[in-house]
Amino acid sequence: MKAFAALYDALDRTKSTNAKVAALVAYFSRAPAGDAAWALYFLTGRKIKRLIPSRVLWDLTREVTALPEWLLEHCYAAVGDFAEAMALLVEHQSAAVGTGSDLAFARWIEDRILSLKQMDAAAQREAVRGWWKELDAGQSFVLNKIITGEYRVGASATLVVRALAQVAGVPQATMAHRVMGDWPPTASFFTSLREDQPSGEIGSRPYPFFLASPLEQDVEGLGGREDWLAEWKWDGIRAQVVRRAGEVFLWSRGEELVTERFPEVAAAARALPDGTVLDGEILAYRDGVLPFAILQTRIGRQKLSPRIFAAAPAALMAYDLIEEGGADIRGLPLRERRARLEALLPAGPGVFLVSPIVLAPSWTALAAERLQARARNVEGLMLKRLSSPYGTGRRRGDWWKWKIDPYTVDAVLLYAHPGHGRRASLFTDYTFAVWDQGALVPVAKAYSGLSDAEIQELDAWVRRHTREKFGPTRAVEPMRVFEIAFEGIASSTRHKSGVAVRFPRIARARPDKPAAEADTLDSLKALLQ
Amino acid sequence: MTDVVRATPAGLLCDAGGFHVDPSGATPLAVITHVHGDHLKAGSDRYLCAAPSLAFVRKRLGPDTRAEGIPYGEQVRLGEARVSFHPAGHVLGSAQVRIEAGGEVWVVSGDYKRAPDPTCAPFEVVPCDVFITEATFALPIYRWEDPGIVVAQILHWWNANREAGVASVLFCYAMGKAQRILAELAALTDRPALVHGAVEGLVELYRAAGVRMLPTLRVSETAKGRSFAGELILAPPASGGSTWMRRFGASRETAFASGWMRVRGTRRRKGVGRGFALSDHADWPALLRTVEETGARRVLVTHGYADELSRYLAERGVVASALATAYEGEGDLPE
Repeated sequence: MKAFAALYDALDRTKSTNAKVAALVAYFSRAPAGDAAWALYFLTGRKIKRLIPSRVLWDLTREVTALPEWLLEHCYAAVGDFAEAMALLVEHQSAAVGTGSDLAFARWIEDRILSLKQMDAAAQREAVRGWWKELDAGQSFVLNKIITGEYRVGASATLVVRALAQVAGVPQATMAHRVMGDWPPTASFFTSLREDQPSGEIGSRPYPFFLASPLEQDVEGLGGREDWLAEWKWDGIRAQVVRRAGEVFLWSRGEELVTERFPEVAAAARALPDGTVLDGEILAYRDGVLPFAILQTRIGRQKLSPRIFAAAPAALMAYDLIEEGGADIRGLPLRERRARLEALLPAGPGVFLVSPIVLAPSWTALAAERLQARARNVEGLMLKRLSSPYGTGRRRGDWWKWKIDPYTVDAVLLYAHPGHGRRASLFTDYTFAVWDQGALVPVAKAYSGLSDAEIQELDAWVRRHTREKFGPTRAVEPMRVFEIAFEGIASSTRHKSGVAVRFPRIARARPDKPAAEADTLDSLKALLQ
Repeated sequence: MTDVVRATPAGLLCDAGGFHVDPSGATPLAVITHVHGDHLKAGSDRYLCAAPSLAFVRKRLGPDTRAEGIPYGEQVRLGEARVSFHPAGHVLGSAQVRIEAGGEVWVVSGDYKRAPDPTCAPFEVVPCDVFITEATFALPIYRWEDPGIVVAQILHWWNANREAGVASVLFCYAMGKAQRILAELAALTDRPALVHGAVEGLVELYRAAGVRMLPTLRVSETAKGRSFAGELILAPPASGGSTWMRRFGASRETAFASGWMRVRGTRRRKGVGRGFALSDHADWPALLRTVEETGARRVLVTHGYADELSRYLAERGVVASALATAYEGEGDLPE
């Protein structure tokens, strides 16, 4: 545990990419394979699900510290992180700090943390209470992160892959593929990563997703229109369909297996030849693309009823073929991959669709098409260089997303809440409202869009213009107007305003506008079409 | 009976004595707990402080300032009140102000800490009826490690950077924190440290007061083009984003020594590599202990987490409330 917590700390406290890679290389070179496998598991964003809810640990913290609930809430607001707040609060209880830190990381996970699953609530609390006593604040913090499933690290998966590739002496793309998908965090798996030919079959693993960058330059600057493929930018769930060894796996971009969530897509995939991997977008689809809000009804649901299937039928809009006949064809130019994709998937209605090409002959004509995007329930256009291979990660230059301009509304700042992480104890999370019959109704929560200097200014303003405190939340005088940008709007029964906006963020401050001139709920509802 | 000390727009006012404590604006008579910027403001007609603070008051406000230093523990008569200064352990010359008037004893703590500090007299518990305490770090997440351990970590960090051949830039408040670090390090090494001009001026006053510290050299007095590889540089936080920093090389390591560094989020926001939680304020247990030790029957709380500390005390049966002062913010206060 000591070595892993130290690695976490080293990654956390440096901003230098090279220093992070060096810390990872040092850890992976020295750690026993069993420990390293678990470290890799967490460093690549994997979680042990449903061990103990944060709530239970929080109650335990209250019991251990004997502090009132409201005070703990204020501590949480100041720290901005549950696991860290708990570790700081219980640290002085550690009578025997250090006794647990020498136990191997794999032993911590396999003998202790995983055993929580078999315990009842009382036994879980006793176990965690005992562990806290054996660890210092830094180690307790890592423990809390793991058992609440909130583990995030100060290093991207790309850096982890870079370090591992260096340790194993293989190219980064090879290592990236080896650590994708489902694998057991065992010593033998980790050892196999370091061998020239990994003994394990590639199995269910998807390829690293190639990501597009936002187009910020003038589209004419991309060169000849004929060198580029234009498609709609679909508003769904990016996914790879993996058909191998008689099995089907559906992977989301977050490297989550979603096969069971979309059984109609999985069933259709069984008809694909073995050794096929498609890249595309899962959409709600009936005689055309349905809004994302409808697809959303299928996310986050444990059970899928026939009613849901009927209301939100799923389809896969395929746009790339990256494995064919068991061969990795990512290196072929898009022109060739696209031709093979069209040959593979028959045209016509079905669960598998091929993302149509937007055939505007010039950039000007294409720009005109882009304006139709909203009516088509898409987010804009994708521009892909026809000669480009399927890359890894967000490499700029070959794939661009050219999104439509967002909706905007002028809204009044109503509440401010302290942020999380590096924004802890600064008021950075805001609730905005619009006018409805003389009253302000909250319509959006936004956290991003302001510069650090603007945040500082607004934070100080909030402190001086607090009308009321609700725990750490401040109700402020309704004076400041901001332009809020968002991607979509849907009616909602769960919101008091009756509408829910998608991806709201702050476009800019409107110091020129008095609060009375902010937008109304009616003008917002008019966007519902 | 009216309160001996009350909050006014200009700061804490003692009517019986005709003076303000740490006023935020111009007043006829300002009684000063210590010389940090949020406690000592220019513009008052006359200043009164603890004797060891006098040199710092003159340095901040100018040599012609009408200011007088009173030895710790010595009582002076101001109007109807008797006033004395008692060590607060915050920085050199910092004091609690004891006010006796109308048959009551009130103590204004100013900023204080209970942890050992080789640069100043230790905090003295002053029994009183009403205690006005600071609450900068009044949340139970704030608990300080033994300063000896933290300073050893600073030295370890410096040594590692020396081996790597890079400069170690340690941000810390120029008044108090920098000298405390230099004094603590002097017990562990005799390598000289480089300091920003704002730090050096105060180091000189500390040396004049007899505080033993590492030998120091002003950065601006070093030869042009000199390499800072392996050196320790103490600089005020404000110099962080400035061009002044460029001379230490692109691969320099940075750190910040402050109680706020106890929390990862604040450390990351400051954009420094390392955070050392070394504070000149009382932590949560020290605040509770101090309130109890003064024996005060009523506690008033200012600064920072005043609402939290007063509510917690009130729930435990102490007569306590937050006192509104011009100091604002439970956020990132300078300490």
